[in-house]
Amino acid sequence: MANAARSLPHLQQLEAESIHIFREVAAAFDNPVMLYSIGKDSSVMLHLARKAFHPARPPFPLLHVDTTWKFREMIAHRDAQAKKLGLDLLVHINEDGVKAGINPFEHGSGKHTDIMKTQALKQALDQHRFDAAFGGARRDEEKSRAKERVFSFRDRNHAWDPRNQRPELWNLYNTRINQGESIRVFPLSNWTELDIWHYIHRNDVEIVPLYFAKRRPVVEIGGIDILVDDNRLPLPRAEPVAMKMVRFRTLGCYPLTGAVESEAATLPAIIREIQRTKNSERQGRLIDSDQPASMEIKKSQGYF
Amino acid sequence: MIIESCLEPHERKGLLRFLTCGGVDDGKSTLIGRLLHDSESIREDELAAIAADSAGAGGLDGNPDLSLLVDGLRAEREEGITIDVAHRYFSTAKRKFIIADTPGHERYTRNMATGASNCDLAVILIDASRGVRTQTRRHSCIASLLGIRRIIVAVNKMDLVDFSQDVFNRIRDDYLAFGAKLAGIESVEISFIPLSAKLGDNVVHGGANMPWHGGKPLLATLETVELAENRDFADFRFPVQYINRPNESFRGYCGTVAAGVARKGDEVVALPAGNESRIKSIVTFDGELELAPAGMAVTLVLEDEIDIARGDLLAHPGNPPATSDRLDATVVWMAEAALLPGARYGIKIGTRGVMGTVRAVRHKIDVSDLSECPAARLELNEIGRVDIALNEPAAFDSYRDNRATGGFILIDPVSNATAGAGMIHRETDSGLRRSAFSGEKHDSGDTIQP
Repeated sequence: MANAARSLPHLQQLEAESIHIFREVAAAFDNPVMLYSIGKDSSVMLHLARKAFHPARPPFPLLHVDTTWKFREMIAHRDAQAKKLGLDLLVHINEDGVKAGINPFEHGSGKHTDIMKTQALKQALDQHRFDAAFGGARRDEEKSRAKERVFSFRDRNHAWDPRNQRPELWNLYNTRINQGESIRVFPLSNWTELDIWHYIHRNDVEIVPLYFAKRRPVVEIGGIDILVDDNRLPLPRAEPVAMKMVRFRTLGCYPLTGAVESEAATLPAIIREIQRTKNSERQGRLIDSDQPASMEIKKSQGYF
Repeated sequence: MIIESCLEPHERKGLLRFLTCGGVDDGKSTLIGRLLHDSESIREDELAAIAADSAGAGGLDGNPDLSLLVDGLRAEREEGITIDVAHRYFSTAKRKFIIADTPGHERYTRNMATGASNCDLAVILIDASRGVRTQTRRHSCIASLLGIRRIIVAVNKMDLVDFSQDVFNRIRDDYLAFGAKLAGIESVEISFIPLSAKLGDNVVHGGANMPWHGGKPLLATLETVELAENRDFADFRFPVQYINRPNESFRGYCGTVAAGVARKGDEVVALPAGNESRIKSIVTFDGELELAPAGMAVTLVLEDEIDIARGDLLAHPGNPPATSDRLDATVVWMAEAALLPGARYGIKIGTRGVMGTVRAVRHKIDVSDLSECPAARLELNEIGRVDIALNEPAAFDSYRDNRATGGFILIDPVSNATAGAGMIHRETDSGLRRSAFSGEKHDSGDTIQP
């Protein structure tokens, strides 16, 4: 990277770096796909992909791995975006998991995530023979992600080997793979949570309304406020459903994602709140803490 | 409105990418932890988690062990050593920072080189109680070879030497005696800060223990160091990355401006073929631009339908890069199998992919003092000067002039692994210009140091 480039403001540098990554994949791979999880990071990633290929549409489909436990507003947002932007959207559900009745309550978050997310993702990648998959993970999210490459090699079983990663120098990404292998690509590697919010604000990126504070019905389960999003949530007898002013800092499966009490109903208010908050972003995500080195293990098994 | 005005600075902040080098014993993790902690970049839940961990691990003086904040992979915790580059992020009111936290051990030279490739500055740690060691010299040389022009020597653990100015001065003099070699070659700026990562002196805050130190603490130094290179490198360089052709009427060349500025109306030449045209428009999602400076990712539309493909390099006709099918480069070797004359590798240079054959290894570089020693091959983690023949010409600059167009990677054609990284040398000006247009082959016999 030319040192002269250092004079651009940092959000512009991050944007340019991400656009470069998108184009590199489009040029070097036969069959890329973008993992679209509908959250704020995916929304920024989608926006960057549109910028990278303007005036054309992004030359790859979007894939949503639907665990069937996503917030209803997420699904509505997904479908509206795909329609509005004319995107090629693929939705994959692990039907074996559905038949087996996998759910986060009886099977626990670990098993649910493995079967409905990790295994489902691998099924979809195999079925469509994708050779590159964009993901919205950021290095600042979690310890094992801090060591992740931008172009991260996966073997035939989609496994990540943290001890044997390809060195990655300058912006010269190694895109070579053999048949059946693939690369996970992380265009947002160098973005932080705050960068994401500033970018959303600056670029009017559309996001799921659940990120904005509103009075919503929640119930406390295991010390965390869970949104009563549909009637599948088994309500604990001891805890009443309460209307609280809440928002979500990250979005995943609704029974596994804690709401935070907040008054932040606009982007500037959210940004101020994040600057002042005492807790890290993924604190409300139950799947991150269900075992020690949790994310590292999940990633080795093929999770994003 | 008040809210708006407090959002603005974050968006306009500069970005500094720096690497930290030091061994396990130099307190590198503690220093980074201290930097993050004292700049209030750590959330309470993260702090609570390490407080619990340090109680278990026998934390010092009841204080949380800040090094646990930057703990990495399971494998690393088991071995108690950093293996791979980790990236850390933090911001202050003045700047955003990306830290490439690189391992110090000689076994991981390649990881350090990787981390250094995208950085502008290196913080090199020295344990004050041990002074300048071989690894200090090695870290400095690798940073310098990778083109880093600013080094901050952080003399850590000053608390172990009673915050002695004499000890600090002695270490500084020792380092400079060796560092003159670096500075002589490449105008590396070197500065020194005495600090205690464990106690916090001179990391974010000054502290009262070293009143004799007149300079700024580490963070203030990182916040104020100049971001852009002073060198006036105005030559326009644009590696064509992707051809955007949604319909018959639009043909755009996508890429990132690697150096100089793209201006609407500018004459450009596409290398290595040499076809010329003019920039008709600079297209972005947010509208057309009159000019695009280095670092921007844009789409160029040209006046004429000339033959341009991914891998070509656009430049101004009066100021072209070298075009040649020979590379004279310093190579950092990253593969288990040695680099040997005669071996073939995939070469990625800019956006161009070609095949290359190693013609000769000229010498190996001793990374503890940058001296040259004879060698016929390069083993894992070794660095040396190598001649490579390409199966077709490519356009490039010397790495010294432009990291974006002077670096390349070598890819093992069988395993597809990234086997090495190369930095191209400056050739004589006349040879550079001549080769750009005649395609004449020339053997460069110069031995200018990287």
